[in-house]
Amino acid sequence: MSDAVGRPLRHDSAEGHVAGSALYVDDLPEAPGTLHLAFGLAGDGHARLSGLDLTGVRSAPGVVAVFTAADIPGENNVGPVFHDDRLFAEDEILYPGQPLFVVAATGNRAARAAARLAKIEAEPRPALVTIAEALDAGTDFEPPQRMGRGDAGAALERAPHRLSGTVAMGGQEHFYLEGQAALATPIEGRHIHVVSSTQHPSEVQHLIATLLRLSSADVTVEVRRMGGGFGGKETQAAAYAAACALVAAKTGRPAKIRADRDDDMAMTGKRHDFVADYDVGFDGDGRIEGIRIALASRCGATVDLSLAINDRAMFHADNCYYLPAVEIVSRRLKTHTVSNTAFRGFGGPQGMMAIERVMDAVAAQLGLDPLAVRQANLYGPGRDVTPYHQTVEDNVAPEIVAELTESAGYAARREAVAEFNAGHRILKKGLALTPVKFGISFTTTHLNQAGALVLVYADGSIHLNHGGTEMGQGLMIKVAQVVADVFRVPVETVKVSATRTDKVPNTSATAASSGTDLNAMAARNAAETIRKRLDDFAATDPESPSWTFGDLCRRAHIARISLAATGYYATPKIHYDRDTHSGRPFLYFAYGAALSEVVIDTLTGEHRVVAVDILHDVGRSLNPAIDLGQIEGGFIQGMGWLTVEELVFDDRGRLLTHAPSTYKIPTAGDRPPRMDIRLWKRGENAEETIHRSKAVGEPPLMLAISVFSALTQAVAAAAPGKGLPKLDAPATPERILSAIDELRARP
Amino acid sequence: MIRFVLDGEVIEVEDSDPTATVLDFLRYRLRRTGTKEGCAEGDCGACTVVLGELDGDSVRWRAVNACILFLPMLDGKALKTVESLSRNGALHPVQRAMADGHGSQCGFCTPGFVMSLYARSIGAEGTEGVPVKDVIAGNLCRCTGYGPILEAGEANPAEASDEDETTTLLRTLAPAQAGRGWFAPRTSDALATLLAGHPEARIVAGATDVGLWVTKGLRDLGTVIFIGDVADLKRIEEGPNDLTIGAGVRYSEARDALARVHPDLAELMRRIGGLQVRNAGTIGGNIANGSPIGDMPPALIALGAELVLRRGGERRTMPLERYFLSYGKQDRQPGEFVESIRIPRPGADTRVRIVKLSKRFDSDISALCGAFVLRVEEERIAEARIAFGGMAGIPARAPACEAALAGKPWSEATFEAGARALAEDYRPLSDLRGSSRYRLAAAANLVRGLWLEHESLFDV
Repeated sequence: MSDAVGRPLRHDSAEGHVAGSALYVDDLPEAPGTLHLAFGLAGDGHARLSGLDLTGVRSAPGVVAVFTAADIPGENNVGPVFHDDRLFAEDEILYPGQPLFVVAATGNRAARAAARLAKIEAEPRPALVTIAEALDAGTDFEPPQRMGRGDAGAALERAPHRLSGTVAMGGQEHFYLEGQAALATPIEGRHIHVVSSTQHPSEVQHLIATLLRLSSADVTVEVRRMGGGFGGKETQAAAYAAACALVAAKTGRPAKIRADRDDDMAMTGKRHDFVADYDVGFDGDGRIEGIRIALASRCGATVDLSLAINDRAMFHADNCYYLPAVEIVSRRLKTHTVSNTAFRGFGGPQGMMAIERVMDAVAAQLGLDPLAVRQANLYGPGRDVTPYHQTVEDNVAPEIVAELTESAGYAARREAVAEFNAGHRILKKGLALTPVKFGISFTTTHLNQAGALVLVYADGSIHLNHGGTEMGQGLMIKVAQVVADVFRVPVETVKVSATRTDKVPNTSATAASSGTDLNAMAARNAAETIRKRLDDFAATDPESPSWTFGDLCRRAHIARISLAATGYYATPKIHYDRDTHSGRPFLYFAYGAALSEVVIDTLTGEHRVVAVDILHDVGRSLNPAIDLGQIEGGFIQGMGWLTVEELVFDDRGRLLTHAPSTYKIPTAGDRPPRMDIRLWKRGENAEETIHRSKAVGEPPLMLAISVFSALTQAVAAAAPGKGLPKLDAPATPERILSAIDELRARP
Repeated sequence: MIRFVLDGEVIEVEDSDPTATVLDFLRYRLRRTGTKEGCAEGDCGACTVVLGELDGDSVRWRAVNACILFLPMLDGKALKTVESLSRNGALHPVQRAMADGHGSQCGFCTPGFVMSLYARSIGAEGTEGVPVKDVIAGNLCRCTGYGPILEAGEANPAEASDEDETTTLLRTLAPAQAGRGWFAPRTSDALATLLAGHPEARIVAGATDVGLWVTKGLRDLGTVIFIGDVADLKRIEEGPNDLTIGAGVRYSEARDALARVHPDLAELMRRIGGLQVRNAGTIGGNIANGSPIGDMPPALIALGAELVLRRGGERRTMPLERYFLSYGKQDRQPGEFVESIRIPRPGADTRVRIVKLSKRFDSDISALCGAFVLRVEEERIAEARIAFGGMAGIPARAPACEAALAGKPWSEATFEAGARALAEDYRPLSDLRGSSRYRLAAAANLVRGLWLEHESLFDV
C-alpha cells in the first residue's frame, strides 16, 4: 500500500535545485549554430512609427538576421484572447518597451548590442498613463461591467450610517527569478520544437502555429520547469517563444532568447493597479446594508487577460462578507503602458482590498474594533448569497476567524498595542485580523478541464504526464502522490517528466490555483483505468497476491493488456452568464485568516511587520509541506505588493523601476521575525475534489491585506480620534509619512 | 592568460575578452549552469559564487556575485560554484538542509542561497557572528517567503573548508599578466606609474558599479586598471585619533574598524548592498565614483573625513566634501587616483547619529541618508557637522541647519529651528526613490528626532 497522499514530501526536484542540476531553458546544451536573440524595443511611448532603419543593426558584429512584422508569414499576434497583441509593432507604437524587431546573432551580448543600433522614426502621440487620465479619456476596453443584487441605492438612502471613500493600490512586477526564456529548434519537415518557460504551453503552440501558418500538430512545446511564474508566464511568455520559432523557421537554425532583466521588466505586464471608490450604508454595529463599489484598473496597451482579471476583482469585492444590496461597477482602461496581465490572485486581491478598506472605514467611523465589524458582516445562515448570485455553501470563515482570534490572542494583543502606543512617542503599532475567501475555478468555464497520460512500463515504473506546468508550486509531486496512491506504489516509482503538447493536447494554463485540482483528477482517472485492468488481470491468477507491482506489470504485458491510458477531467456544477454577471462560477471557496502586527516610525514613515499568525484552509492537504510553503510564500509576496514594491512610470509611460536595483521585493530581513502558520485542522473540501483537498496557490497572497490594515491602524494611532487615515498601497515610508501628516493636519 | 583554481584544477583561459563576466564563462564556456543569471547587476544573488585568495598559509573565502565579476579578476584566485559542493556525488550539508527543509520551490534562486549559506558555514568574509538573514540579504527569493531558507541556514553547523589542495595550487600560480587592455598592478607605485601612462584608463576595484556599465550599458571600457591586487591600498590603520582606510579596502574588510569609530557606521554598512556586494565593492570606489546617493560619503563628510589623492609621486589631501563638485563631477585629475580616506574619531563629547531611509531596509539605495555629528559642551551644541545624501546632486553639508544648531542649547526649540533651516540647504529632486516633499519632510524629522529619545523599529 502507498501512503503517499497527505505526506509532507519534498519537492520532486529539491535535490536538483540545491545541486544546481535542475535544468531551466537557458541551461540546456546548445546545438551548434544556435542563434541568440534580442528584441529591439521602442524607447519612447505612444507614437506613430513612421520609419525603422535597421541598417546599423544588420551590419553589427555577429548579426545573422533581423526580422520585423513584415517577415511574419501568418498572423502578427501573440494575444491570448483578443488578437491585439502584436509580436512586432507595425505602424503604431503603443507603449515604451514594445518590440519592434528581433535580432539574431551568434552571441547574446552581440544581439543585445546590435538591437540598440536601430534608427527609429516615431511621431509622438499623447500618452495616457494613469487611471485618472484614462478615465477622463474614456478608453474603456469594453462597456463598464455591472454586477449586483438588490437595490443598493435604496439601501444606502435607508441606512442609519453612511460614508464614502477611495483607496488606490499599485501594480506589481512578478519578478520570477528566471526571466522569460525560450529555445526553438527546427525539426524535420516544417516541424518546430520549442522549449519555453511558460505556464501555458498549448497557447504558445497555437500562437506559433498561427504566426507561422502551420498547424498545431507542426509545433511541439515543452516545459520541464519554470524559475517562477506567478501569472507572468501565463500569456506573456508567448512573444519570446514566438520570436524564437520565427527565427528558427526562417533561418533553419536553433534560436534562443533569454531576456535581460531590464528588458523583461520593460516589456512584460504586471499586476493591474486599481482605484476603488466606495459608498456604503451600515447600521450601528457596522453591519452593511447597502454598498456601491466602483473599480477602475489600468490594463495597459492591449486587452491580454484584463477582462477576466477585472471580472475576478468584482467577484472578490465581497470577500467573506454578505452585502445585502450591492452594486459593483468595473471599468477596464486602456493606457499607453505595458499590457498588464495575470498575477497570483488575478484581480481578486484588488477587489478584496476594496472591501477590507470599507471594513476599516466603517470601524473608524463608529469607533468599533475593526475585527468586530468584520465578524458582524461575515456570510452566515440566511445571509449567504454573493453579488453574483452564487450561494456560499461551504462558509467556514466564521469558524476560522473565531479560532485564530482565540489562538493568536487577539484581544490581549490589541490591549498590548494600545499600551505600547501610549508609551511611545515616535513608534506606533497597529494590529489587524483579516479573512480571505477565494473562489476556485477559472471563471471562463470552458478552461476548467484537464488531460493526463499515464504510461506504465513492463518493469513497473510509471511515467506521468499531464497538462499542468511546474513553476515551483509543487504540482508535480502532488500529482505523483495521487498516482502513486492509485497504484499503491512508493511515490519514487512515479517518474515526473516535462509537460509536452504532444503528450497531452489542448490544455489550459496552469493558473487560477487550479493546477492540482484539475490535473491530479485527470491523472487519477488515467491511473485508475490502468489500475482496473491490472486488478482484473490479477483476479484471474490466485498467485497474484504474492507478485510485486513489477511482476504484475510484466505478466500483464505478456498477457497483452494495455498499460497506457489517458485521463480527463472537467469540473462539475459550474456555469456563468457573463451578460448578467450571475451564476455559479466557482466550484468551491478556499478560506483563511491572518493576524498581522506592525510598527511604524512616525518621523520617517518606515515600518516593520513584527508578527504574523495565519490559519489557512487547504481542505485535506495532499502535501502539508508544499501547502505551508505556498502559504508563506504567498503571504510574503502579498506583503511586498502592499508595502515595499512600487512601480513608477514617467509621463510617457516608461517604467522607471525596471530592475531589482530600483524595484524592491521583500528580502529575508523583511520576513516578520515571528510567523506562525497553521493549516486548519478541520479543513475538508465540501466538494468532491481530489482527496477533498483545496487549491492553495493564490488565496494566501490575500492574507497580507492584514498587513495593510494593521498599517492603517498604526497610522491612525499617530493621531488618535482623527478617523481613518488616507493611506494607499503600496504603503511605502513616503505614503505612511504623508498619511500621518494629513491625519494630524485634520481639524 | 588568466589562471585560477576550480575544484582542484588550474583553469587557464587564453585571450579572453577582459570584460567577459565570470558568470558567462561558467555557464557558456564551462557549462556549469548551476550558477544562474537573475539580474546581471548584483541585486539578486542567483549567481553567487565563492572566491578565495591566499592569505598567508590559508585561503580567505568570500561570496561574490559572478554576474558583475570580470573574468580577469579571477586571476590567481580560487573559485567555488554550486557544483563544487557535491563534487563527490553526495550533497553538502548545506544542500541537504535546504532540500530537506523545503528551502526551494522554483529552485532558480536556490544555488545562490546555497552558496551564501555555504560561505557562512566556512566562516567566509563578512559572515562571522552575522545572523543568517544578513548573510542572505543579497539573495532574492520570490517563492518561499524565506522562512525555510533561514531555518536551513541556522541548522547548518560551521565547518572547516578543505583548504590544502587549493592552497597548494594557488601557490603555483604566477602573478597576473596584463592583456588586451587589462592591467593589474601589485603596488600603488606601479599603479601611479601605470596611470600616468594611461590617464584615460578606467580604474576598477570591485566592479560592483562598473560591472553594470558592461552588463547593462554594453559599454566598451577601454583600458582597465584593476586595483584589487594592489597590496598597499588594502591597509587599514587604526590610530588613537583617526582611522585610515586604503582605497582598495572592501566594505566587509572595513566593517569592524568603522564600527569602532561609531556603531551607526556598522549599521549603515550592514544596509549597503548585499554581502556579495560588500565583499567586492570598496569604500574608495564608492567615493571615487561620486554617486549622489552613495551611502558612505554623507556619514564620512559629517565625521570630517579627508581624502588623499595621488598622481605619480604627488599627493594632495582635501576634506571629503570638497571632492564632490557637482552632479557627476569630482575633483579628480587625469592620472590621479584615490589613495586613502582618513576618518577622525568622534570624541566622548560628540553625539553621532547616522540614518538611512529607503523603501526596503536591506540592499536598497537610499532615498536619503542623514549624518549628524554634534559636539556638546555643557548641554550646548558647540559644533554641528551635518551632511545628507539624496538631497542634492552631490552628498553635501547642511550649513543653514548647522548654523541653526551651533552654539544653541540642547533643546526642542533648537532642533525645531534646525529642522526648518533644512529648506534653505536643499532643493531635493523627486525621483523613483522619493518625492522632493518627502525628502525634505523626512530630513527635517530626522533633525527633530535628535532631540527625542531614540526609538528604533528594530528594538520592537
